[in-house]
Amino acid sequence: MRFMKTLGLAIAASAFAIGAATAQEQVTIATEGAYAPWNFSNPDGTLDGFEIELARDLCERMEADCEIIAQDWNGIIPGLTAGRYDAIMAGMSITAEREEVISFAGPYTLSPNGFLVPNGSDLADMPGTGERFNLDTNTEAAMAALEEVKPLLEGKVIGVQGSTTHANFAREHLADVAEIREYGTTEQHDLDLQAGRIDAVLADAPTLRATMEKPEFQGEFSIVGPGYVGGILGRGVGVGLRQEDEELRTRFNEAIAAAAADGTIKELSEKWFGTDLTPAM
Amino acid sequence: MDLAFLWSTFTTLIEGVPLLLELAALSLAIGAVFALLLATMRLSNVAVLDWTAQGYIFVFRGTPLLVQIFLIYYGLGQFRPALQDLGLWWFFREPFYCAVFALTLNTAAYAAEIFRGGLLSVPHGQIEAAKACGMSRAMRFRRITLPIAIRQALPAYGNEIILMVKATSLASVITLMEVTGLAHRLIAQSFRAVEVFVVAGAIYLFINFVVTRAILMIEWRLSPHLRQPPTAEAPMKPEPAHARGA
Repeated sequence: MRFMKTLGLAIAASAFAIGAATAQEQVTIATEGAYAPWNFSNPDGTLDGFEIELARDLCERMEADCEIIAQDWNGIIPGLTAGRYDAIMAGMSITAEREEVISFAGPYTLSPNGFLVPNGSDLADMPGTGERFNLDTNTEAAMAALEEVKPLLEGKVIGVQGSTTHANFAREHLADVAEIREYGTTEQHDLDLQAGRIDAVLADAPTLRATMEKPEFQGEFSIVGPGYVGGILGRGVGVGLRQEDEELRTRFNEAIAAAAADGTIKELSEKWFGTDLTPAM
Repeated sequence: MDLAFLWSTFTTLIEGVPLLLELAALSLAIGAVFALLLATMRLSNVAVLDWTAQGYIFVFRGTPLLVQIFLIYYGLGQFRPALQDLGLWWFFREPFYCAVFALTLNTAAYAAEIFRGGLLSVPHGQIEAAKACGMSRAMRFRRITLPIAIRQALPAYGNEIILMVKATSLASVITLMEVTGLAHRLIAQSFRAVEVFVVAGAIYLFINFVVTRAILMIEWRLSPHLRQPPTAEAPMKPEPAHARGA
């Protein structure tokens, strides 16, 4: 008797769930929650940041019912392919390597990388500061600028977040002169830069700027060196999706294009990064 | 099953084994000395020493090793000026030393209780017999107490060694690229979490297989009194011919 009751309830509940799903599609978006200002967790545990606000805006445009969850950066792609969520918005660059496994909508931002170093260290006056190079279109000049930086980095310790395009960039281009240390989160390499365990942090410029502006970092660190985009760094940050979810990809692309066109991305980008990172469409 | 990929994964991950063994061996060796000290403190019947050791063991057994590693590495990193004044920064600057330090403190707490149990398990009768034979306190400890205590503590301590081999995987959170750290990196490049972790798991399994065999062997050597004495029907070893005539 009790069993029948439970069964009845379960059927009723699932019928209700199906009804809700047809009304508005459920999309679960994974983010890291530890990559300020892209996405981070507030002290009370709620998620916040550029990508959280952008995700809400995109979902509204797609008329989807979105849930945003936090997921460790390590394993965020296997989690997607395993179907634990439907999309990734976690400052993830679109690279050829990743595109073999998942597909991307976007990009919704494009930003160069850079080195964060303590003021007054011998790295502080690195050549090429403020210059930008595209590794795809301007490879020769990009490599020449890198060669100028290399002698300065000889024997230094550079911190990067593991499993990122920055880690790949460092291992590909800098491992022959410097020691590369890989950290789980950006907060960890920031702490070690502050403690003086490492000489420089290599990451994307907007993230470094956010670190620089933290009260405990303010006025003591600067972003130096040439800034790179493209190539091994990918073609900007996009929404990671399963390859078979073609329809969702189209909808995300349309929503991103609309958000770029009406200035929403520019507005959010200026709010969170202090500069416009909208990719040239 | 992609054998070529499994093999290349294996050759990549195996590069992390020397670091794994260094971490485990150093922390177990230093930790065992420290643990013996703690166990003696616990059994000293001096209240202050006993409580100090109890407090230490309570804290280090009661908190996760991951938290301890984080606190020692990132926590102490915040106190650089103070550590520099004390002349200790060279030590805490290096992730390797911090990892060994954390693993040592952790294993010492567990091993102290294992050693204490071993020392307490020595039968009174045997100690009394040794006393009756006129052995001094030091000789009693060396000849009677310690061998029996080691024999009793060995199975539990073998567990602790295995746990420590696995605990080295936590060193990857402070940038040390041992087997697990390399596995994470490989997954980021290949996105093949299952294959990579299966190979990583197999490497740990093999190391621990060797560890368990070694412990079994030591156990066997330390317990001749528990084995069946050789009998006429089933001799352990044939007697050498020249001994028979004598």
